[in-house]
Amino acid sequence: MSDINAATETVAGAPTTSTAPAPAKDSNTAPAKERNASLWSDAGRELVRNPAFMISLGYILLMVSMAIVPWLWTSRDPAICDIKQSKLPPFTGDHLLGTSVNGCDYWSHIVYGVRPSLLIALLATIGITFLGVTLGVLSGFFGGWVDAIVSRIADMIYSLPYLLGALVFLTVMRKSELMTRSQNSQVVVIAIVLVILGWVGVTRIMRGSVLAAKNLDFVHAAKALGATNSRIMFRHILPNAIAPVIVVATIALGSFIAAEATLTFLGAGLQAPAVSWGVMIAGHIQYFFEYPYLVLVPCGFLVGTVLSFILMGDALRDALDPKLR
Amino acid sequence: MGRYVIRRLLQFIPTVLGTLFLLHYLTSVGMQLTGNPVRALFGDRTPSPATVEAITRKLGLDDPCLKSPGNPCLELFWQRLGLAPRNGTFSGYLQGDFGTNLRFREVTDIVSTALPYTLKITLIAFLVEAIIGIIAGVLAGKRSGGFMDYVVKIGTVLVISVPVFVLGLLVQLFVSVKFGNWLRTQEWVPEVISRGLFGAAYKIDYPFASLVIPGVVLGLLGLAATARLTRTSVQENLRADFVRTARAKGLTGKRVIGVHTLRNSLIPVVTNLGLSVAVYLTGAIITEGIFNVPGVGNQIGKAIFQGESMVLIGITTMLVLAYLTITLLVDLLYAVLDPRIRYE
Repeated sequence: MSDINAATETVAGAPTTSTAPAPAKDSNTAPAKERNASLWSDAGRELVRNPAFMISLGYILLMVSMAIVPWLWTSRDPAICDIKQSKLPPFTGDHLLGTSVNGCDYWSHIVYGVRPSLLIALLATIGITFLGVTLGVLSGFFGGWVDAIVSRIADMIYSLPYLLGALVFLTVMRKSELMTRSQNSQVVVIAIVLVILGWVGVTRIMRGSVLAAKNLDFVHAAKALGATNSRIMFRHILPNAIAPVIVVATIALGSFIAAEATLTFLGAGLQAPAVSWGVMIAGHIQYFFEYPYLVLVPCGFLVGTVLSFILMGDALRDALDPKLR
Repeated sequence: MGRYVIRRLLQFIPTVLGTLFLLHYLTSVGMQLTGNPVRALFGDRTPSPATVEAITRKLGLDDPCLKSPGNPCLELFWQRLGLAPRNGTFSGYLQGDFGTNLRFREVTDIVSTALPYTLKITLIAFLVEAIIGIIAGVLAGKRSGGFMDYVVKIGTVLVISVPVFVLGLLVQLFVSVKFGNWLRTQEWVPEVISRGLFGAAYKIDYPFASLVIPGVVLGLLGLAATARLTRTSVQENLRADFVRTARAKGLTGKRVIGVHTLRNSLIPVVTNLGLSVAVYLTGAIITEGIFNVPGVGNQIGKAIFQGESMVLIGITTMLVLAYLTITLLVDLLYAVLDPRIRYE
């Protein structure tokens, strides 16, 4: 059937192409209009059809909107507390989720607590991605002593369990001015520590992916055309090697949120005047058995966020791997 | 093989030095930015300068380099390692001196009294991870896309995305307190189970039973990775020629899976299990804290709470050394287990 079609097409097409080139050009662009088949648009189409990805994305967008404009979600100020109304259960009066041990509205704390957690995760992820991609591309592309130095430093950092390293550093730093001055400086310090101890994974993945892409034909072609090293690295190799890093970065967003909460829970992360889910959990742990919701509510939001990022990462991995399709 | 072991051992030395230096540098920078950690020990009280100075000197924190931010404090590093003399004597990690706490109790002493509990918990966690993880992985990998495959997939995603401390708190509330309280009202349940196994915290009367639940929580930490790795590995091997041959010979499904497939699938899993023992070292801080087990992790928590930086640095250094040794052993084990890989 297709043979016959092809035959009639060539028969019909033969005279037109001989007279004018325009229809031939037309037949080239027609299928492209129908379907753009680049890796990213294919992945995008697949992700839109994936319910787990879309639900996670929706949840994350809700959390992001809470982080950017918290006053749209609650009319209460988290700093205004009434000690006489301490530890009210959820759905009492006008307190949607009850009140904390100091009588603060719990829902407003949840809403205002998103920002530092997300900010730490975002800063740390941007940091590890930038550092990891740069170092990974350089060491994969140049090899030799650049690779040796980067790999040795990476080995050392990899040998230090990262939660333990962050814990020690932040405990020593706890009383310093940087960690007591304001919430923002705490956020920056924690993000920097997480970056210093966390860039190794991305670097290794990027390096491997660059090594794989380095010897492909289009790179040799670019080299033969006289492209500079930086052009080859950032215009030819990087776009073809970045997919796994995007997956890892998405999952890292989730694991950094978990790491911040864990550090805060252990008493080495954000400190009390700051409002965050980790601070809420750590501050109410001693009332856990009598008033479990004080701990379980922020835990629920925390787990939802981490889960969403991990599900998104998994879906991205499946969508970006053409071999699985 | 012999040459590989020697090379790997030689590589171990710079890695240890580098990692310990990194730890040393992180804490030094912390102190340079914060000021003398001894002051933090006194909380709101203001101690006399002489007291502060005496304690500082005793803890080995009187080095002037701890006052200039960014200084790597190399001299102090060699002193701590025990390769350079401090006040005319060599006392450092090499000599088994990991520092003291504020009351001048040796860190090595603190760790050695706490270690048995941590080892017990780690053993329980390891067994849980190995047994449940491998069984779940095999069941999922046996029929890809089947019911068990989905159960394991969803289960592992859930376990990965719940932070350990949340998991610990949930288990403590629902299993140890709610379910445990109900058990304790029942007449027919022996005390070992109602008060020991399902107790909310560690009890001296039940030294092993009351460690089971904290151990299980710790084991869940690495369970997801083990299950997933086993699953992929079994799936891969089921397509291999030797499995087809085994089936063609008419062997039972049990034997094909249990002997032929599993033996080859477990090589990456075993290394992963070894590495997860190293992960437990960090996880123990949280689980031991929640269930109040007097182990090494709990000592770390206490040191953080009281601001005893020197104890924290000492214990962390020991843990990092243990971690590095375990990774080295796992690497060597890998070379023994997998004869397909040739080491030069």
